[in-house]
Amino acid sequence: MARIIGGLTTSHIPAIGGAVPREKELINDPYWKPFFSGYPPARDWLQKMKPDVALVIYNDHGLNFFLDKMPTFAIGAAFQYNNADEGWGIPTIPPFQGDPELSWHIIESLVEDEFDITSCQEMLVDHGFTVPMSLFWPGNSYSGVRTIPVCVNTVQHPLPSPLRCFKLGEAIGRAIESYPRDVKVVVLGTGGMSHQLDGERAGFINKKFDMLCLDKIVNQPEILTRYSIHELVREAGAQGAEFILWLAMRGALQGKITKIHSSYHVAVSNTATGLLVLENTPFVANSNVSTLPSAAK
Amino acid sequence: MGVIGHHHELEIPGTYIFDGQAAMKGYALNKMCYSFNSAENRAEFLRDEDAYCRKFGLNEQQCKAIRDRNVLAMIHAGGCIYYLAKFSGMLGLSVQDVGAQQRGVSVDSFKKMIKEQGE
Repeated sequence: MARIIGGLTTSHIPAIGGAVPREKELINDPYWKPFFSGYPPARDWLQKMKPDVALVIYNDHGLNFFLDKMPTFAIGAAFQYNNADEGWGIPTIPPFQGDPELSWHIIESLVEDEFDITSCQEMLVDHGFTVPMSLFWPGNSYSGVRTIPVCVNTVQHPLPSPLRCFKLGEAIGRAIESYPRDVKVVVLGTGGMSHQLDGERAGFINKKFDMLCLDKIVNQPEILTRYSIHELVREAGAQGAEFILWLAMRGALQGKITKIHSSYHVAVSNTATGLLVLENTPFVANSNVSTLPSAAK
Repeated sequence: MGVIGHHHELEIPGTYIFDGQAAMKGYALNKMCYSFNSAENRAEFLRDEDAYCRKFGLNEQQCKAIRDRNVLAMIHAGGCIYYLAKFSGMLGLSVQDVGAQQRGVSVDSFKKMIKEQGE
């Protein structure tokens, strides 16, 4: 059976896309050091856990989707996902391998579970997807990992609420864990933390709220799912509302959660950066233990 | 014709919710900015800005905001920052340049303000 080994969250600021190829040199740069020095423990954990699949919950910023058709939740079901020119100069990186069989299993399960998502056989993935992948798999060493993009609308209000996104994550978790193949899945939630790009409040950062989020998401995510989307905009900034993607990730982890690592830094560009590594251990092991109740009859 | 689309009333000073009303009002402007994903389109815009704005059917308010490189005016005209970023990025402006312009401060003091919020 498929198993979710854990969840990762990271900011996906465009500037990081330009910096990642120069990480070895920038790790000693005062501006970048506090950011990049957070990542080695996350990479070590991935090296140890060796996931087969990365399901990446992210938001498109106007590469694949425009306002002509704006799905609230969309999921990729392709053999391959390409990155492309986003208009302002982020370098493109090699394509990502898909896992359409698992994608369709999740699509079937989500719709059965009353999440009427949009399925996509072609999907360009933007920096919301690519920056986290290149951060966690340095040197773009992700060719051995199959990916499933899950895109959540954070462009045009109404955005889905924090609670709805958490529930989407729970449904994704149920879907993955009912997949009969023996695959290890890591779930990524990208974006955040507090930031605002538009309006006279541009540059807004709320460290206190970010700290609350980093803390509570581990063992008390229900506290964070009580915020409305407007409250999230107020507390985390207009684009800090991307935190709903972290909550979707957290919803997918249904076992015992162990926090492996976290990191926080103000700021890269206009954004407070956050990184979190959560390990997920099933409450009941898949094979032996689960057969006990029937054996006891 | 009246204003169409739901408006999300929100009392956060200096914050604009890109809602149905803004999305309808700003459709042409945002569609033009979305087109800047393509290098060919960026080159076409730079060759003749006014012609390119007309091609996408921008209204006078939107054309003026583009001509003036005024991001707040673009937002008031229905612009969504995710698409506008493709316009400002094409001109070589960083998100900090754009933030400073909207706040009406220098880029240096904008960067300082960002940093101070982490202390």
